This record gives sequence, C-alpha cells and structure tokens, in this order.
Amino acid sequence: MGKILEINGPLVKLELPETVIGEQVRVGRIGLVGEVIGRDGNTALAQLYEDTAGLRPGEVAEGLGWPLSVELGPGLLNAIFDGVQRPLNAVWEQSGDRMARGVSVPSLPRDKRWHFVPDEHRRAGASLAGGDILGTVQETESILHRILTPPLLHGELLELAPEGDYTIEEVIGRVKLADGRIEKLRLFHRWPVRTPRPFKRRDHAVQPLLTGQRILDTFYPLLKGGKAAIPGPFGAGKTMLQQQIARWCNAEIVIYVGCGERGNELTDVLEFMPELKDPHTGRPLMERTLLVANTSNMPVVAREASVYVGITLAEYFRDQGLDVVMVADSTSRWAEALREVAGRLGQMPVEEGYPAYLGSRLAAFYERAGRVETLAGGHGSVTLIGAVSPPGGDFSEPVTSHTKEIIQTFWALSKELADARHYPSVDWLESFSGYVGSAAKWWAENIDPNWENERAAALDLLAASEELQRIVNLVGVEALSSEQRWTLEAAGLIKEGLLQQSATDEIDSFASPEKQFALLSAMLEIFRQGMKLVKLGAPARKLIQMPLLAQARRWKSQHSSDQIDQLKVKIAAIPGEFEKLMLEYEQTSA
Amino acid sequence: MKNIEFRTATSAQGGLIVMGGVPGVAAGSRVQLRDHAGRLRAGLVIRSADDAVLVEVFEGTDELDLERTWVRFLDEPFKLPVSRDILGRVFNGAGLPRDGRPPIISADRRDVNGEPLNPAARAYPREFIQTGISAIDGMNSLTRGQKLPIFSGGGLPHNRVAAQIVRQAKLLGEESSEFVVVFAAFGASHADARFFQESFEESGVLNKVVMFLNLADEPVIERLLTPRAALTAAEYLAFDLDYHVLVVMTDMTAYAEALREVAVLRGDVPARKGYPGYLYSDLAEIYERAGRIKNRRGSITMIPVLSMPSDDITHPIPDLTGYITEGQIVLGRELANQGVYPPVTVLPSLSRLMKDGVGKNFTREDHPHVASQLFASYAKALEVRGLAAIIGAEELSDADRRYLEFANAFERRFIGQGEDEDRSVYETLNLAWDLLSMLPPEALIRVSEAELAKYHKGATA
Ligand SMILES: Nc1ncnc2c1ncn2[C@@H]1O[C@H](COP(=O)(O)OP(=O)(O)O)[C@@H](O)[C@H]1O
Ligand SMILES: [Mg+2]
Repeated sequence: MGKILEINGPLVKLELPETVIGEQVRVGRIGLVGEVIGRDGNTALAQLYEDTAGLRPGEVAEGLGWPLSVELGPGLLNAIFDGVQRPLNAVWEQSGDRMARGVSVPSLPRDKRWHFVPDEHRRAGASLAGGDILGTVQETESILHRILTPPLLHGELLELAPEGDYTIEEVIGRVKLADGRIEKLRLFHRWPVRTPRPFKRRDHAVQPLLTGQRILDTFYPLLKGGKAAIPGPFGAGKTMLQQQIARWCNAEIVIYVGCGERGNELTDVLEFMPELKDPHTGRPLMERTLLVANTSNMPVVAREASVYVGITLAEYFRDQGLDVVMVADSTSRWAEALREVAGRLGQMPVEEGYPAYLGSRLAAFYERAGRVETLAGGHGSVTLIGAVSPPGGDFSEPVTSHTKEIIQTFWALSKELADARHYPSVDWLESFSGYVGSAAKWWAENIDPNWENERAAALDLLAASEELQRIVNLVGVEALSSEQRWTLEAAGLIKEGLLQQSATDEIDSFASPEKQFALLSAMLEIFRQGMKLVKLGAPARKLIQMPLLAQARRWKSQHSSDQIDQLKVKIAAIPGEFEKLMLEYEQTSA
Repeated sequence: MKNIEFRTATSAQGGLIVMGGVPGVAAGSRVQLRDHAGRLRAGLVIRSADDAVLVEVFEGTDELDLERTWVRFLDEPFKLPVSRDILGRVFNGAGLPRDGRPPIISADRRDVNGEPLNPAARAYPREFIQTGISAIDGMNSLTRGQKLPIFSGGGLPHNRVAAQIVRQAKLLGEESSEFVVVFAAFGASHADARFFQESFEESGVLNKVVMFLNLADEPVIERLLTPRAALTAAEYLAFDLDYHVLVVMTDMTAYAEALREVAVLRGDVPARKGYPGYLYSDLAEIYERAGRIKNRRGSITMIPVLSMPSDDITHPIPDLTGYITEGQIVLGRELANQGVYPPVTVLPSLSRLMKDGVGKNFTREDHPHVASQLFASYAKALEVRGLAAIIGAEELSDADRRYLEFANAFERRFIGQGEDEDRSVYETLNLAWDLLSMLPPEALIRVSEAELAKYHKGATA
C-alpha cells in the first residue's frame, strides 16, 4: 500500500515503491483509477482518468499490477464504452445521468450466457498457440465472434468445453504451458492497450474500402488496411463524413471513437445506427458497430487513452479475420491531451506547446493500421481514419503536418465549400490518395476497365477549370473561348452532379460503385459530346442553355443505387440531345 | 479543519499564495482568507501536498501581509445553494446576492463544477425553436437543447440580437415562450448588464430570469466561476424542476482572457496566443452543460455571446468555441455598416442541429432544401458581386446581373428585419421563395422539381 503525496490537477504524486511505468493504480478513498507515468525512487507520478477534486495528501494508493488493458470477448458489439472501456449504459444504470467517480463496472457483462461452439479441429493433447481460434459465438446475427486464445499463449490443450452456453468467466478450456503450469481459458482475455497485438506478417492492402461517397471512392480511394486523415476547420464536415463512412462502408466491424468531441454526436450515432440497415448484409448497422466515447467535457487523461482502447478493440476483431474500420474523431484532441500532460510534467515544448515526441506517437498509432495475416492464419485488416482539427483551419500546424506525412489518403475539407454548403466539402485539389493504383485494379476488374482513365479525365477537367476560373475572376467570362467556357461549365456539372453528395439525401446518401461510375461517365459523356459540337463551331453560350445540364445535376438524387438501369437509359440518350442541338444550330446558321 | 485558521503563508505572488505545513488539504477545496485589515477574500486549492498548499486567491494577493494573513480551508468545492427562489434574483459571480435581498437558504447546495453527463444519458435535441429571425430560422435554426453562440465584434448589435431571441423564442404552435432565462454576464460593462436588465423588464419576464453578474471592474478570477454558477442554476431549473431554460452568457472572450491571466500566473505552458492548452477542455466543460437528458422534461439551450478579437474568426476563442458548440451565428461588420439588422453573415454561420429539426414533421417539407439553396445561390451571388467589383456591373451577363439583384434583395429583405419583427417560419420560407424566384428555376438545383412547381413564382419548369 502506498499513499498520496501531492495532487496537482489530474497528476498525483504517490509514495509507491516498486511500481513500474504504465501500471494501473487505484487512488484515494473513492478509488480513482489512473496510470503511473513516472518514477523517482520511492515516489511515482500517476495521471488519473477522473477528476481529482477532493483527494487529499495522505490518502491511500495502490498499484494494481497490470497496465491499462481491455477485455476482449463477446459483448463488445452494440456497446458504448468510455475512454477506459467502462460500459456507459451499465454505468448509467448504476450511477445515474452524471458520470460519478470511482465507479467500477466490468467492461463485458458477467451474467450473460453466450452459445459457444468449439472449433471441430481442436483436440485434447494437440498444441495450441496464441491467437488460435477455440470456437465461435454468434454474437449478433451478422457477426460470428471467433473466440481467440490470448496472443502470447503457447502450450498443449488439455480439454475444451463442449458446445453450450457459458458466461465469459466460466472456464471453457485448460492448457498446459511449457513450464508445466496450467492456464485456464475463457471466452474473453485481456490485452494492454499500448502494446500492438501481434500477428504473423503484414499483407499488402488490395481491396478498396468502399464508403459509398463518390469523392472518396472514385477520386481519393482508401484501401482496407489503409490510413487516412480528414483535416478540416470546424463545421467543415469531418464528423458527418466519418459518420457516413461508419454507416456505409463495406467493413465488417466499425469502431467509432469520439475523442474529445460532442456528447450529442454520440447520441446521434446511438440513435440512427440501430435504425439503419447495413447495405451489404441488410442487418441493423448497430450490430457491427461499437463506440468509444470520451467527450470533450470528460477527463482529459482518459481521452488520451481512448484512442488506444479503440485501436486495440479493432486489432482484436482483425485477429478474428475481419475487416475493421476505426474512425477517430478527433485525433487533434488526443494530441492536445498529450500536450496537456506533457506540460504538467514540465517536458520541453517544441511547437505550439506540443512535446517533441508528437510525431513519433502519431506515427506509432497509425502504424497499428494494416492488413495482416493473423496468428490463426487468416487475413484481417484495420483501416484507420482520423479526423484532424487544425486550429484556425491552418493545415501547417503540427498535428496536421505530422499526420500528413504518415497517412496515404488525405481528405482535405475546405471551408469555402462548406460555407456554400457543398458537401462533402472534400477539396478536389488539396486531397490525395496513394492507393489509386491498387484501387484501379479492383475497379477495372469489378466495375469498368476504363475507370482509371475516366477518373483522371474528370480530375483534369477540374484542374483546368480552376485555371479558367482565375481568368474569369480577373477579366470576366467573356474573355474565354467557347472551348474554355464549355470546360468551365462541364466542371460545374461534375462538381454539382457528381462530387456533391448530401448525407441527408435519402436516395443519394450512399452510392454503389456502379452508380458512382455511371454518374462519372454520364458527366464526362456530356462534356465530350458538347466539346465535339464546340469544336465544330457551336457557341458554348448555346450549349449552356441546354435543359440537359440542369437535369443531369438531379440524376444522383433521382436514381438510387439499385436503379442504375434507369440511369443508363438517360446516359444513352445524351448523344441524341446534342444531335438535336446540332441540327438546330446548323439550321439557324445555314 | 473548517474551523481552524492557519497563519502559515510562506509566499504570495500574482494571485497565488503558498501555505506551509497544512497536511491533508483536499484538492479543489474552497478557501477563505482574512487579511490584516480583517477583509475576507476567497480562494481555491489548486495543488495540495503536506508541506505546501497552493491557493488561488480570487481577489488577488495585493497588499497581503504574509504574517498577518489567516487562512481557513473550507473542505468543499464552490457550491451554489439552489431552490425555486432563485428565479427573479440577481447574484454575483460566486452566487452571492447583489440585489440587496437576503441570500438563498437551502440545504441543496451544488458543486458549481457540475459533473459530466454520461453520453449514454443524453437525448438528441430535435425540437425546432422559432426565433422569429429569418437568418436564423430559415438557414441556421435553433433547437431546444442546443448550444449556439453568437460570434460578434465590438460595436455590433449582439446584445440586441440576443435580447430579441430571448423575447421571441418559442416552439411552433406555442403562443408564447415557455422558457425561463438564466443570464450570466462576465467582464461585461455596466451598460451591457443594464441593457439586458431593462430588456427583461420591458418584456415582463423579470420574475422568470436568474442573473449572475461579474462586471468588468470586478475580480477577474471570479469570472471563472460565473458561468459555472449560472449553469449550476440552469441545471437545477432544467433537470430538477423541468423548466426549459435559455442560458444567455456574455462575453466568452472575457472569460477566456481571465483564464489566460490565471494560467500565466500558474506558469502553465501556453499553446496559441498565450492561451493555455486546456482552453478547449475548459470551454467544453461549460458548453457541454447544454442539452437534453433521457427521461427528463426540461432542457438547457445555450446562447453564448462572444466578441471575436479583431473580428478574427480564427482567433483561439471563437475557433475553439466553434469546435465545441453546435454551430455559430456570425455577425458581420460589412452588413452592419450598410444598416442591415440583424447583420448575420450567413455563409460562415451554421447550425449543426438544423438537419435533424426542420423539414417534414418539424417545420415544412421544403425547409432543408430551401436553406441549402439559399446558401448556394447567395454564395454564387457573392462571387458575382466580387467579379462586378473588378470588371464593372455593366460587363456582367444577364444571368449574373440577376444574381447581383438577388444578393441585394436577400440582404435587405431576408436577413434584414425589424428588431421587433417576429416572423413565423412560414413567413420566412415564403419570403425565401419570393427571393429565389428572382433566379431562373434551372439555376435552383438544390430544391426538388416538385418544390419548384409548387413554390417558384416564375416556375414553368
Ligand atoms: N456530407 C454532408 N452532407 C450533408 N450535410 C453535411 C455533410 N457534412 C457536413 N454537413 C453539415 O455541416 C454541419 C457540420 O458538419 P460536422 O461534420 O459536424 O463538421 P465538423 O466535424 O468538421 O466540425 C453538419 O451539421 C451538417 O449540417
Ligand atoms: Mg466534428
């Protein structure tokens, strides 16, 4: 037993001999939990996950003997946890509307029985390694939970329980370790959150993570196992975009980490997720989702922990051979929590108050994303998507600039677009993706061989129009040639008819790859047909008045992803529209 | 410990005093100081060890004589006594009466710091509040339980706008406002405080208002308590007594500056512009106290007023606020100079909760589309206006000239309205269609074809 020596905000100095850095501590009469972050002889410095008001020097403190760990097993899905994996619904039942301090509720329900089906290949006497699959539990209708052995285990399986209903604490198997000790197996195990879970080897990411958002999938794709960042000033749409991804993406598990953001946004997710159907399985989305919430008004230290809790949960599902997406909103709040603690430790700030290790921490965190061959021999992935909240919307600030160097896909949100309510406000010039080549293979094989060219053509058009717009802003549109005017017009069509995609539009909120490509080729077809006429001498002025241009802008909201045929009929009619115009033009000019 | 006076101060500097040899003092505990002249000062324990306790003194440490300073540790955080009787009363930042009437006596005394709401306990706000102001109702609507600040600047009419909202706010179909008001002013001038007091008086709601005032010439550190005391009162009214509470707070910039002042004294590492790194978390502790709770009838709707230093929206105070609150109503100097009241600059304004509180079943089915269209058309119109400034309006195409006219009419007729003009949301939407009808239907892509057919005045499409 130790005792408190000093309280300074969330930091407490303890008399606690023999503790190690990272050890969990319980402090004070009300039993606040925290972790040791420094040691000096017999004294230790700990940061607490809860408000320290009321603590007194002299009160008790004890080391718990393990680092911050999460419980991994059935009961995770469909749940909402706080930054240190306390189940918020159970905490609510126990202590009311406000987060009372010192409550301890186990992360996974202890009384619930799960139907366990042992893996048929497991035999008593056979050897068993870490990460092996012992059996399965159908956790939700869409998710078959594989029960894994703890990653570092190695030994001989002595016995495995038969099919039946078990709570997570009941023993379902016993293993004899190399040193002769017997280890009991249960439906769950613990893992320290700051240590990446082991796997066999890294794999190449090959499959695109489809989000149903055209500006993402078609223009700046992300792969399963990839890393992406969404920087943007406040109100630009970071949270909405992450929620859209959480809703529609083709991952099997979604971990939504609300790190230092609004409570109401989590309520929003909790309310809409159960009502929405997974477009890929038809099951309620909540069945594949799990939330980690440390809102902006909750203690800062737990905020720092929350992203590690989230990523460890993600890795656990990856190790079951699943494709997992984790969205973190916002990584900036996590970095700020880091800064706050560093400041209290008196560590030397280097830029804007951040400690020198900001970049390496960020890199190590994103490094936990990836597609891997699991210990069990399957393949799983963690895709990591972090929102970044740059102060003043300035992308040169430390968190944004470090993140930009680490990630492969950069979805830069623009204030100008958001101000005009062009959503998603992903800037088509600032954004980038290092995965276009791999994604192109998938699109070519599954959707259209011409995808890469069409994508490039649209981007060229957008880049050209940017130049032209600069000229217009200086001297007016009259200075442009007909070809240039048509280019400008077509770019507008692409922006409004293709890139713009409202999350609140029931029909267009999600677009299948087929719909994405159909719209892309439709807009380009209009551009090309028009350009042909312009080259024949038709004035752009005339073309711009075509009703087709207004109509085409509405197509995205008129045809859902399962009405592509109707869309294709309209696309097929495009050349006819231009022929009509050509005839008229030839008649009047003849 | 409460009753013992310690005279063990070892040093004092810039609002902080160190007490030696007082073991076992609770962190965050309130402190009472008596100086050589017998004057009382209040303080707070910010660091506690057996051999040294660091106390922040609200009234400052000027003229403290260490040998003749007596300190009592009250062993509890700052608490506010609450009861029904707080309605109609005026308190200072620490919750003591400043209206000459007796203090509130109640066994129910609450820690002003509150406790964070469990996110699982929140209910998502969805009820549309009609403010009668078109720029707000039409394009950046307010929802019961929302935190929606007014970003303003020196000399702009934020007080008048806030007062108009308080006067006019009601739910659709409701005769008059059902709200009680908690008003908190920190660092405000006497004139500002008087303006609100008179405005409440005129609209006859004084007995439904609780005021917490910490004026510009009053102790800076008390400013840090003022919003917390006010929100403690608001939480009591909303979640114990079932009231719908409208909290108006002014000026968040004065609050943040006070926080910076104290942070510098404490020696905290500055992040941006000298503000401490925890400004975000600190502001969030305040703003996140707005909202709704499942199974509770009342609500806290928050309208903080914030003046942007040098009209700069990227300054840390508006910036961090915008990251926390559910949108912002931005007032602009340009419109104000042209005599437009309320000078709401709509493009950078935002209501994050609007998407879930307007439209079919809430206001009118075309509302979300109309709002989006107004934003798009006005953004385009401003581009045209910029172009006209360069090449001259005469050089504009016919289509562009229509946008120019639209921009002017939109600013004068839609944004601009009387300080006593209380427009229903239907009037607002009809007015929007009058203006959108200045543009050809083909240019209005964000509204549906059915809506165009129904509402567009020149609609042939
Ligand atoms: N994809 C979208 N579709 C429709 N509306 C959006 C979209 N993205 C953002 N918005 C609007 O913008 C507001 C702010 O978006 P949000 O994601 O909360 O911004 P941020 O997280 O960047 O501060 C939302 O409340 C919504 O009204
Ligand atoms: Mg956000």
